[in-house]
Amino acid sequence: MEITIKDLRVNVEDTPILNGVNLEMKSGEVHALMGPNGSGKSTLSNVMLGHPAYEVTGGEIIVDGENILDMEVHERARLGLFLAFQYPVEISGVTVGRFLKRACEIRFGDKQPKTKQFIKNLREMMDYMEIDQQFVNRYLNEGFSGGEKKRMEILQLLMLQPEFAILDETDSGLDIDALKVVARGVNRMRGEQFGALVITHYQRILEHIKPDFVHIMYRGRIVTSGGHDLVEELEAKGYQRIRTEYGIEEEVHEQPAANN
Amino acid sequence: MSSQPQTIDIGEYKFGFHYPDRSVYKAEKGLSEAVVNAISDHKNEPDWMREFRLRSLQAFLSKEMPNWGADLSDIDFDEFYYYAKPSDRQTRTWDDVPDEIKRTFDRIGIPEAERKFLAGVGAQYDSEMVYHNIQESVAKQGVLFSDPETAVREHPELVKQYFGTVIPPDDNKFAALNSAVWSGGSFVYVPKGVSVEVPLQAYFRINSENFGQFERTLIIADEDSFVHYIEGCTAPIYSTDSLHSAVVEIIALPGSRVRYTTIQNWSSDIYNLVTKRAVAHRNATVEWVDGNIGSKRTMKYPSIWLMGEGAHGEVLSIAFAGSGQEQDTGGKAVHAASDTSSVITSKSISKGGGIASYRGQIKVEPDLENVKSHVVCDALLIDEESTSNTYPYMDIQSDDVSMEHEARVSKISEEQLFYLMSRGMDEDEAALMIVNGFLDPLVKQLPMEYAVELNRLIELEMEGSVG
Repeated sequence: MEITIKDLRVNVEDTPILNGVNLEMKSGEVHALMGPNGSGKSTLSNVMLGHPAYEVTGGEIIVDGENILDMEVHERARLGLFLAFQYPVEISGVTVGRFLKRACEIRFGDKQPKTKQFIKNLREMMDYMEIDQQFVNRYLNEGFSGGEKKRMEILQLLMLQPEFAILDETDSGLDIDALKVVARGVNRMRGEQFGALVITHYQRILEHIKPDFVHIMYRGRIVTSGGHDLVEELEAKGYQRIRTEYGIEEEVHEQPAANN
Repeated sequence: MSSQPQTIDIGEYKFGFHYPDRSVYKAEKGLSEAVVNAISDHKNEPDWMREFRLRSLQAFLSKEMPNWGADLSDIDFDEFYYYAKPSDRQTRTWDDVPDEIKRTFDRIGIPEAERKFLAGVGAQYDSEMVYHNIQESVAKQGVLFSDPETAVREHPELVKQYFGTVIPPDDNKFAALNSAVWSGGSFVYVPKGVSVEVPLQAYFRINSENFGQFERTLIIADEDSFVHYIEGCTAPIYSTDSLHSAVVEIIALPGSRVRYTTIQNWSSDIYNLVTKRAVAHRNATVEWVDGNIGSKRTMKYPSIWLMGEGAHGEVLSIAFAGSGQEQDTGGKAVHAASDTSSVITSKSISKGGGIASYRGQIKVEPDLENVKSHVVCDALLIDEESTSNTYPYMDIQSDDVSMEHEARVSKISEEQLFYLMSRGMDEDEAALMIVNGFLDPLVKQLPMEYAVELNRLIELEMEGSVG
């Protein structure tokens, strides 16, 4: 899958959040998107899947040659796009097992394994993600801890085998053990047929999921891109230095409050 | 099968078909003493039952319409037919049921259900039970399952002892109406210590136009017995309204357990005004599972009078109010003894301007100890036009009472839809999954076949409801 984001501009309730984002990604690559809170990272992930609360005012998102901005959410999912949510919602009364079976039926169609085999695969992946088998019969995300919700997102990733996944701050709120499990799940997917955009505020997760490309977002634009060395630079210098070094001091002066 | 009228496509009411009215006798339109006498004549009733009817008619005429609940202002009692006899006899084999009537029940799936998972079936067409049968093994245990007319003839002592004792004719206007013109329904008696392991079912079908169906059900569970009784109902779609006004009385004697399940799927032109009440004696349990999907207006509040120590009552109410529908449902528990407990759980869904109201009452008599009651009302709104109301009434006259009440109204949220759609489900399927999830804790209480049926009905109701 090849994704080209061209000059993407997005408003939320008439406030511009993305101010011309350009990004090229494809299967086989892992991209990291970093930036301070409020820079527009989560907006980008929601817009890529088509969340109705976001208004696209300009630009394009092209997937394998086709602009997907007019597609509905489920149509984008069926192309092989996946979003691991920062805040997975609770769906009361719908068990994890029933939900995943249906989602996989849609994803794989005729190639969906028989129920017995499906359950075997599911149990194997749950063990891999260190999720208790009891969770098959729990209602989706209901009463799950923060870490359990994140592991459930990666379990879905492993079961649905998307071509390209966006991980929206999957590391937030995880202790180091949970982070390692989550990273292990993502790394299992890595290969020619899978790409990912790992959105994070911190470099910590990137020690476990090594990105091929790193992008820094600030105030609704990608201000610089590079390799893994950019992560180290960011760690050493912090966002403040990055801002000044990449020639965006003026904006810092305009808005001194955004100084984390 | 090719001679059947064309089945209506999925997405519409599946049971809206009708056959020509071939009643062998039909009372004149409207309600009068002459009509009540004609019904009694046709049934060759003893005088005590005829007098019961005539007294009830007076009660009906003197009672006011309820000034609360669903809007009933369009009901014109002069416009209904109160009695239509579909055939000359009741049979015990489907082959002997008149052809069109048999085809009706075939299309609804009753003979098939009977073969698969029921201990006994009664099928009512307009005013009379046209088919009634009970498995031999169950009958051998002394279980009685018939229409009430048969019981009046064959077991008058039981009928006299209990009929009209739980719901007296002057209880309310519609109970009075039923008591005057009742016809068909079920009579169930389960002897001491007998447990009927598979359910008994009665199915009520209205075929005629402008018709009133007034079945009467009396269930007596003797000491330490168990029975599960299920009723289902459908009707054709006409341009004018019909009336369904049943009375159901349950007597759960000490140590017995009775479960009564309703899947109500009347067409959208039926006024469904039903009185259901049980008495639970010492250590007895009564459970009402009440699913209301169809009808134009429903007013129905299954009740349990907890008369003896250790009695327990449960009401599980599921209501779906679509466009033009008003479901005014709920439950009632009256604690008249110490060490009694009740649970009322209500789940309602409103869609397309529909109105779903929970109306319930918990009453605790004075000087009782260790009474527990728990009421949960959950409402789900599918869209902005729809309405959910909650009317909980409480009358607690003892001190040693643990009373909990929870009420929640939720809307299908954009975030939930987005989440499910991001996993490939289209908007309709995502909404249906959320609705089914909302109902799941209740649907799990139903026998599997009825859970499947209820889920299917909800699916039909939900088609094209968002986006």
